[in-house]
Amino acid sequence: MPPLARRNLFRDKVRLAVTLTGIVFAVVLIVVELGLFVGFTRTTSSLIDHSGADLWVTSRHVPYVELGVPFSERKLYQVRAVPGVEDAEKIIVRWTDWKRPDGRQESVQIVGLNPDADVIRPWNLVAGSVEDLKRPDAVIMDEIYREKLGVTKLGELFEIRGHRARVVGFTHGIRSFTTSPYVFTTFKNAQDYASIADDQTIFILVKVAPGADVAQVRQAILDHVKDVEVFKSAEFSRMTQFYWMFTTGAGVAVLLAAALGLIVGFVVVAQTIYATTMDHLREYGTLKAMGAANRYVYWVIVRQAAMSAVMGYVLGMIVSVFVVHASQEGGAAILLPWPMAIGMFFLTLVMCVGAALVSISKITSLDPAMVFRS
Amino acid sequence: MHPAIAVRKLTKTYTEGATSSPALRGIDLDVEAGELVMLMGPSGSGKTTLLSIMGCILSPTSGSVRIAGREVSHLSQKELPAVRLANIGFVFQGFNLFPTLTAAENVELMLDLKGIRGEVAKRRAEELLEQVGLSQKLESFPADLSGGQKQRVAVARALAGDPRIILADEPTAALDSHTGRHVIETMQQLAHARGRAVVVVTHDSRVAEFADRIVRIEDGLIARAHSPEPPAGMYCQEPKASPAPAA
Repeated sequence: MPPLARRNLFRDKVRLAVTLTGIVFAVVLIVVELGLFVGFTRTTSSLIDHSGADLWVTSRHVPYVELGVPFSERKLYQVRAVPGVEDAEKIIVRWTDWKRPDGRQESVQIVGLNPDADVIRPWNLVAGSVEDLKRPDAVIMDEIYREKLGVTKLGELFEIRGHRARVVGFTHGIRSFTTSPYVFTTFKNAQDYASIADDQTIFILVKVAPGADVAQVRQAILDHVKDVEVFKSAEFSRMTQFYWMFTTGAGVAVLLAAALGLIVGFVVVAQTIYATTMDHLREYGTLKAMGAANRYVYWVIVRQAAMSAVMGYVLGMIVSVFVVHASQEGGAAILLPWPMAIGMFFLTLVMCVGAALVSISKITSLDPAMVFRS
Repeated sequence: MHPAIAVRKLTKTYTEGATSSPALRGIDLDVEAGELVMLMGPSGSGKTTLLSIMGCILSPTSGSVRIAGREVSHLSQKELPAVRLANIGFVFQGFNLFPTLTAAENVELMLDLKGIRGEVAKRRAEELLEQVGLSQKLESFPADLSGGQKQRVAVARALAGDPRIILADEPTAALDSHTGRHVIETMQQLAHARGRAVVVVTHDSRVAEFADRIVRIEDGLIARAHSPEPPAGMYCQEPKASPAPAA
């Protein structure tokens, strides 16, 4: 086919620039919003997803990981006695107050754990080690929040709810969705920092023995241990994600912004392709008069839309990669997994070709007799 | 042997809201292969409407239209493009070339519609443009061509589909008299040397001499059909008899 679509597209460079600007805007906005959605979703459940636990034991009616309710730590021993349980550890996840050097209080989430257990540990350490948590009053936090918590270097002393805390390590990339940073410490310290009684815990994390069926072990725990709920890790992760992303409306807001980007892109592309079609209406009428079927003319317009989509996608992704990269050092990481990048290509294509449908309807109704009118 | 175009009792009425205006009020006309017929008449007489119906662009209100023996008056708008593509080439008053395509690519576009592509299409386009004297202008865009050259590209494009019928609507209107004569001579050649049925709508009486038959349309009816009169002062020949319409 002679390059009618390409030549028509490139003929009016100003209009092409407008079309591409609309597509780039849409691509970047959608990638950023969806990337935030993916980033937020993963952040909400990062503690659960990075644990080595197969099962989470909680008190009844706990909808997500930040809303754990204390229960007797004696249940730990009951859980350990259940057949199929290889290991079980108690952990605390609880909000508390961190006092900055200037006296300001900041909210943090204390994660109290056993440094010798594999079932949950701070990850991505860039300074210090998990072993350092065994030192008195030791805490590990993420370096993203150093400024927020007033931390300038390792070894500094702070106050958490009237108790001493010494920063012995930094992680990188452990974000909290709630803006209250995770602060890792030992279980005993966490009881003090979060005002949890000595004989209580918030969660029990269970590692199932190799070869044992996770569902069966879950049921066995429910049968042996009273007044608890038991969730598979993936299930508890989904519950936590769903709560933060949808019950709070945060995820919906982000998805709506992504949808808005799609609509804006659609409208801009539809308008410019329609204007281009109207400019070339006589040519399309001539094509029809020459004997071209409607679908031949549609194909010219669809090719224009597809070419615009490819160019706009490439430019948009270049900008998006910069934005994603810049976000990695901030409080809210935008993620761009490769399936999303590929999906974005097809979404851009659908957006542009869909926008061209407005023009296609004009072609369908075009009367080829118009070529005889001057 | 069927006429290339055969029209019987053809009417066409345009309706807009409550108003109807008859453009054609009962036309009977045959056009044979190898014949150049000119449709002449005042503006609004129905010439272009008749051409459009012959070209399967408009459907008649009533009557019969046969293209190469096939009745087409009842065909839907979806079916007519295939008839046009197979049988008819158009030459328009405003040339209607694609401004973003070169002369060769304009011709290749017609070939593409016929399913002829690649090197075969390129060679065929070059041959056709050579036939109309534009072998040096293959890569030129319409904006770089004169009016006469554009019309010759349009003629080459019309021929690309190897149609048995060429329909031309005021092909010389935008051209000077010398160039216009040249274009009409080309049309005559297409009819006489290549056996096409050529119908030309024109106001230009200066080119009437090239016609085999002149059909005057007035108020939607054929007022008169005759051979062209020889130029004044020249030796008078017996006029060619108009072929009687087939029953």
